[in-house]
Amino acid sequence: MKEVKDKKDFALPEIVLIGLNHKTASVELRECIAFSEEEAATTLEALHGHPVIREVILFSTCNRVEVLLVSDNRSEAVETAKRLISEYKTAPIDSFDDALYIHVGDKAIRHIFRVVSSLDSMMVGEPQILGQIKGAYRAATEIKTSGVILNRLLHRAFAVAKRIRTETGIGDHAVSISYAAIELGRKIFGTLGEKKVLLIGAGEMAELAMEHLLRNSVGEIFVSNRTFERGLELARKFNGQAIQFEEIENCLQCVDIIISSTGSPDFIITRDQVKKAIRKRRNCPIFFIDIAVPRDIDPKINRLTNTYVYDIDDLKGVIDENIKDRNREAVKGERIIDENVIQFRHWYNNLDVVSTIVALRNKLDDIARVETKKTLQSLNHLSETDCETIRRMTNAFIKKILHDPTLFLKSHTKHDPKTICLDVTRKLFKLDE
Amino acid sequence: MEIFINLTILFYTVSATGYVSYLFFQKKSFHKSGYYLLVAGFVCHFTALGYGFIESGHLPVRDLRETLMLTAWAVAGVFLAFQYKFKLRILGIFAAPLTVLIMVVASQLPNDPLQAESLFNSFWLIFHVLSVLIGDAAFALACGVGILYLVQEHSIKTKNRGFFFKRLPSLELLDSTGYTCIIVGFTLLTMGLIGGIVFAKSIWGRFWNWDPKEVWTGITWLVYAVLIQQRLTMGWRGRKAAILSIIGFAILLFTFFGVNFLLQGHHGEFTKF
Repeated sequence: MKEVKDKKDFALPEIVLIGLNHKTASVELRECIAFSEEEAATTLEALHGHPVIREVILFSTCNRVEVLLVSDNRSEAVETAKRLISEYKTAPIDSFDDALYIHVGDKAIRHIFRVVSSLDSMMVGEPQILGQIKGAYRAATEIKTSGVILNRLLHRAFAVAKRIRTETGIGDHAVSISYAAIELGRKIFGTLGEKKVLLIGAGEMAELAMEHLLRNSVGEIFVSNRTFERGLELARKFNGQAIQFEEIENCLQCVDIIISSTGSPDFIITRDQVKKAIRKRRNCPIFFIDIAVPRDIDPKINRLTNTYVYDIDDLKGVIDENIKDRNREAVKGERIIDENVIQFRHWYNNLDVVSTIVALRNKLDDIARVETKKTLQSLNHLSETDCETIRRMTNAFIKKILHDPTLFLKSHTKHDPKTICLDVTRKLFKLDE
Repeated sequence: MEIFINLTILFYTVSATGYVSYLFFQKKSFHKSGYYLLVAGFVCHFTALGYGFIESGHLPVRDLRETLMLTAWAVAGVFLAFQYKFKLRILGIFAAPLTVLIMVVASQLPNDPLQAESLFNSFWLIFHVLSVLIGDAAFALACGVGILYLVQEHSIKTKNRGFFFKRLPSLELLDSTGYTCIIVGFTLLTMGLIGGIVFAKSIWGRFWNWDPKEVWTGITWLVYAVLIQQRLTMGWRGRKAAILSIIGFAILLFTFFGVNFLLQGHHGEFTKF
C-alpha cells in the first residue's frame, strides 16, 4: 500500500492548451498576436525556461495562435503564457484575454486532434493546417521544448488526421473556385487530359484556376490579353501560346475550356460567335468559366447545345453546397477523434510512476509464478516446505531486481521529470499490452 | 422449367434492388451484389431457355410470353457485356428493373405456344430472331443511357447540382457509351434483317413482302441509320443524339408491340397472346 501513499508526489502533469482562433478573435487581433518563425522560437525558449512548464509547442497560423504545454501547475503556466505573449507582442493582456480559450486534459487533447484534422478550421477539411502544425512541431523539436508527452500527442494527432482524411469525405468536395471548375470540367469531359484551354485576360483568380488545370495535366494552352506583351508573359509562365485578342473568335473552334477574367465592361464572347464555332467544331462540347465581374461571356451561350457557361456566382453556389457536404462528413471525424482521445488518455494515465512500477512488478510476478509452477511439477520428490522455500527465493529475486529501478523511477525532481524513463520502461517491458 | 423462371425473376428483382440502393447510398457493395445477382439470374435464365429449347426442339419464341422472356435475357446479357467493357455501373438502375418488368409482364401472359411447325428450326430464322432481339436490347440500353445523359446535362446546365450530379458519370462517358450501344444495336439489327430477308425468300419466295412489321422495322432501321450518319458527318452528339436514341427506341417499341396489336401481318402469330 506504500505506493498509493506516494501517488501524490508523483502526480501526472497536466496537458494545457491556451489560444485564440478565428471563432473567438477578430482578424485584427489575430494579426496583432501572430508570431513569425523567429518570434515563435524565442517565445518557446522563454516559456520552456519557466520552472512550471515541462514541455511546450506554439502554433501560429493566420487563423489561430495556440500554446500547447505540459505543466504541473496549470494556473501558473497559463499566467506565464499570457504574460509572455503580451510581452513579446507588446499587447496588453486585457486586449486579448477575452478571446482566449483554455482547455485542460481531455479537452486539450480533443482540441489538438480537431485542429490537426482540420475540423476546427475556418474551411473544414482544408489541407494546409496539417503542414502548418507539422512545421511548428518540427520547430519545437529542434530546440527541444517538446518532450515525451507532446511528441506522443502530436504523432497521435497526425495519425488521426490521416485516418480522418481517408475514412471520411471531409476533403472530397471542391471548396475553391478553381477546384469547383475542375470538378465541373470532369463531369463534362470525363478526363481533362487532352483538352485545350484558352485563358482570356489576366488576374489572380484566373491564373490560380489555370495552375490547377495544369496540375491536372490538360492539353495545349492558349493565352490572350488586350496587351499582347502581357499575354506573351503569361504564355511563357504557363508554357502556352499567346494569341491576339482578335483571334479569339477563331480560337473558339479548337479550344474546349475557356477561362475568362478581363476588366471589360462588355461581353468578350457573344452568343453568335459561339453558335458559329459550335457548328464548325462539330458539336464537341465547350466549357466557359467566367470569373470576371462584370461578366465576359454572354450568359445566353449556356442555352446553346453542348455549351456550358459557369460564372463566378454559379461557382460560388457549387462551393456552398460542397461545404455543407463537408460539414456532414465532419461528424464522422468527431467520432474517430473521440476514440483516439480515449486511447491517448489511457496511455497518458499509465505514464504515472506508481502504475508503471506496479505493472512492472505484476509482469515479473506472473513470469515467476508460471515458471516456478512448471519447475516444481517435474520435481515430485520435494516436500511442501521445500517448494515454499523455492517460491520465497523467486520472490526475493524479484524484489532485489526491482529495488534499484523502483528507486530510480521514484527519484523524481521538478526539473528532471521521469516521463522519458517511464515511457522507455513501459516500452522495454511491453507494459502497455 | 417454371421453377427456373421464378428463380430468374427473383434474381433479377434482388439485383434491381441492389442497383437502386447503389443509386441512393453509393456503396460499392450494393453495385457488386447487383452485378453478381444479375449474372446469376442470367445463367439461370439461360438454363431455363436451353431446357425449353431442348424439350420442344424449337427456339422459344412461339408466343409473346416466350419472346418477351428471350428479350429480357438479351437485355441482361447486353447490359452485362457493356458493364464489363465500360464500367458504367449506374446504367444498372435502368437495365435491371427493365429485365424485371419484362419478365413479370411475360410471366403473367398465358402459356400456349404456337403449335410447332418446321418453320422454327431454320438456321436463318434462329439467326434472325437472336440478332434482332439482341440488337433491340442494345437499343434499349442506348435509350437508357440517353435518358441518363439528358438528366446529367440538365443538372449541369441549370447549375442545379442535386441528387444526380454526383451519382451520374461524365457527359462524355454517357455519350460515347450511348453511341457504342447504337452501333452494336444497328449492326445486329442489320444482320437480323438480312437473316429475315433470306428466310423470307426461302419460305415465301420473295425477299420483301410489305408486311407492316417489315415496313416498321425498315423505318426503325432508317432512324438509327440517320442518327449514325449525322453523327459521322455533322457531329450530332450529346443532347441531339440522346433525344434521337430515345425516339428511336419508342419507334422500336411500336414495331415490337404496336404493329402486332394494331396492324396485321405474318409476325402476328409469333407474338399473339
